[in-house]
Amino acid sequence: MKKIIWSLLIVCLLAACASGVKLSDVPVEDKSGAQVNNSQGKDADKASKSPNSSSSSAGASSSSNAANNSNVGTATASNLPEAKQPTAPASGNAPASGNAPASVNAPAPVNAPAAADAGIAGPANAAKVIYFDYDSYIVKPEFQAVIEGHAQFLKSSQRARVSIEGHTDERGSREYNLALGQKRADAVRQSLTLLGVSAAQIESVSFGEEKPAVAGSDEAAYAKNRRAEFFYK
Amino acid sequence: MSRSANFLFTLVFFIFAGSNLAHAEFKVEISGVGITQIPIAVSDFRGQETSPQKISAIITADLKRSGQFKSSPTGVLLDENSHPDFNTIKQNNIDAVLTGSITKLADGRFDIRYRLWDAVKSQDLGGQSFIAMPGDLRLVSHRIADQIYEKLTGDKGIFSTRITYVTKQNNRHMLWVADADGENAQAALTSPEPIISPCWAPNGNELAYVSFESRKPVVYVHDVGSGKRRVLANFKGSNSAPAWAPDGKSLAIALSRDGGTQIFILDAKGGEPRHITQSPSIDTEPVFSPDGSTIYFVSDRGGSPQIYRVPVSGGAAQRVTFSGTYNVSPALSPDGRWLSFVSREANGYRVQLMDLSTDKLTSLTESSQDEKPSFAPNSKLIMYATKASSREVLMTITLDGKIGTRLAGQSANIREPHWGPFLKP
Repeated sequence: MKKIIWSLLIVCLLAACASGVKLSDVPVEDKSGAQVNNSQGKDADKASKSPNSSSSSAGASSSSNAANNSNVGTATASNLPEAKQPTAPASGNAPASGNAPASVNAPAPVNAPAAADAGIAGPANAAKVIYFDYDSYIVKPEFQAVIEGHAQFLKSSQRARVSIEGHTDERGSREYNLALGQKRADAVRQSLTLLGVSAAQIESVSFGEEKPAVAGSDEAAYAKNRRAEFFYK
Repeated sequence: MSRSANFLFTLVFFIFAGSNLAHAEFKVEISGVGITQIPIAVSDFRGQETSPQKISAIITADLKRSGQFKSSPTGVLLDENSHPDFNTIKQNNIDAVLTGSITKLADGRFDIRYRLWDAVKSQDLGGQSFIAMPGDLRLVSHRIADQIYEKLTGDKGIFSTRITYVTKQNNRHMLWVADADGENAQAALTSPEPIISPCWAPNGNELAYVSFESRKPVVYVHDVGSGKRRVLANFKGSNSAPAWAPDGKSLAIALSRDGGTQIFILDAKGGEPRHITQSPSIDTEPVFSPDGSTIYFVSDRGGSPQIYRVPVSGGAAQRVTFSGTYNVSPALSPDGRWLSFVSREANGYRVQLMDLSTDKLTSLTESSQDEKPSFAPNSKLIMYATKASSREVLMTITLDGKIGTRLAGQSANIREPHWGPFLKP
């Protein structure tokens, strides 16, 4: 029985992978919610559905043994949409009940695969990080040269796509910080478009306080974390 | 109990049914002293020493956490058929007595029975029996606590409701669903990238949250029963701060797709979002009023982040908070009476409570890094995240700020709590 469950799991994961491969041909940058539902959503469904298929849907049935069924189906987020290689379930996480899915994380290296075929690395000689003052989203003059380096590069490589990722320090509300980080990213995006870069090449997003560059709760750490980063896809 | 009710319970048990893995146990620590608490004597349930769960201990912890009870043991073992010795009990200033038993049945299930007594009037307040699988014994205990709470306070109990939260350990982010006491936690999502802002749909079956797994904030809706999830919002830029409308048909959400972070309403099935705010400032952290007519949100349009409200049907935003320079993360009590939020004070970030009928403000905590208040569905408790000894923990606190309990035990950092709704039995 256990074997069947695992093989089912693996089959479904492969199915999920396969669809992931196809979906990677779909432009991902910017689309309506409906379109995205059809891609990533479905992908995740498949990956998470498989483990539950063995439990005959804990939520709906009322006939079998409740105690052996976990009521919360676990999904696993892969690192990036491009991450195409889910590993086998980690044995350490194998649940006693046999139906809950183990972790199928594929902690793929962040800058990994897809960049190899489609992505364009950024300018070789320009810094990738811009720092901001406390509670500020003004791009300081000292970073103007960095912005110009990226602008030149983006104008000369029209195929290049860059994500400007805004970040904040850890103080305050996570959601408000997400919006503050967005302001920083938007400010950098604006500087680029002012220099003639096409808006279609840029997406500005925010990580808020979630991805600090350095750990620590002092001003030195905060100053390193209030930043915007260029990420070429 | 009628047969149909019995069936309903079986069904409910099934929906709640949880594995008994003790991988995320919490402990309740009472850190305050209340004033008017109902003194209740709780007997050990006959047979519980050989059952998988100590029924009376779970009920006692629930009642204590509410802040409205103080409990003591009965001294003698009393089951649902016992007649308590009220003369002795009254001498100890006890108002109510809980008795009960748990018996293992031949098929492996358990028969749990209880009876509640009014010690002042020496009156039987009734009881109930439940048949449950071993994995449902905590839920049965919470249901008994709910019934006792309702009988003795007149308000609905929240002990059988569920909460969600996020843990972070090393680079592993996990979204959890747990019982309201923090026990019986089960992972809904594991990710190498951050997860924030989970919130329950009014149906109690779905969560909306923000996941960074695709290197940007994207909002997902996740069915916790099946584990199926779908992307709700993945527009250009950042997608964040989901909040369900009370009817569950739409969500308020913060999007930066047109530049700047603004509030939109999006159908729960997806589709084209509709602008609620249009300002050059930051507008985020929307929440619906319980009647669905108004959205409260945070905006820095006045120069510092403050809480505003705006009619869903359109119209001008009105400022709600005026004291201090940093008021964020609004939460509305389901009864519509209270607004809770986090305010930056001289000593740090603290949970505030505003009486919406008088605008009177109370600072509820003495901690310095509070985040994300969330009301219990009966509007009597607030859960929030804070830091204690440099670890992220979850706390509950009564609305008078007098009884705080810590939901501890997770070795990871715990954050982003949201309290689920009442579930229809």
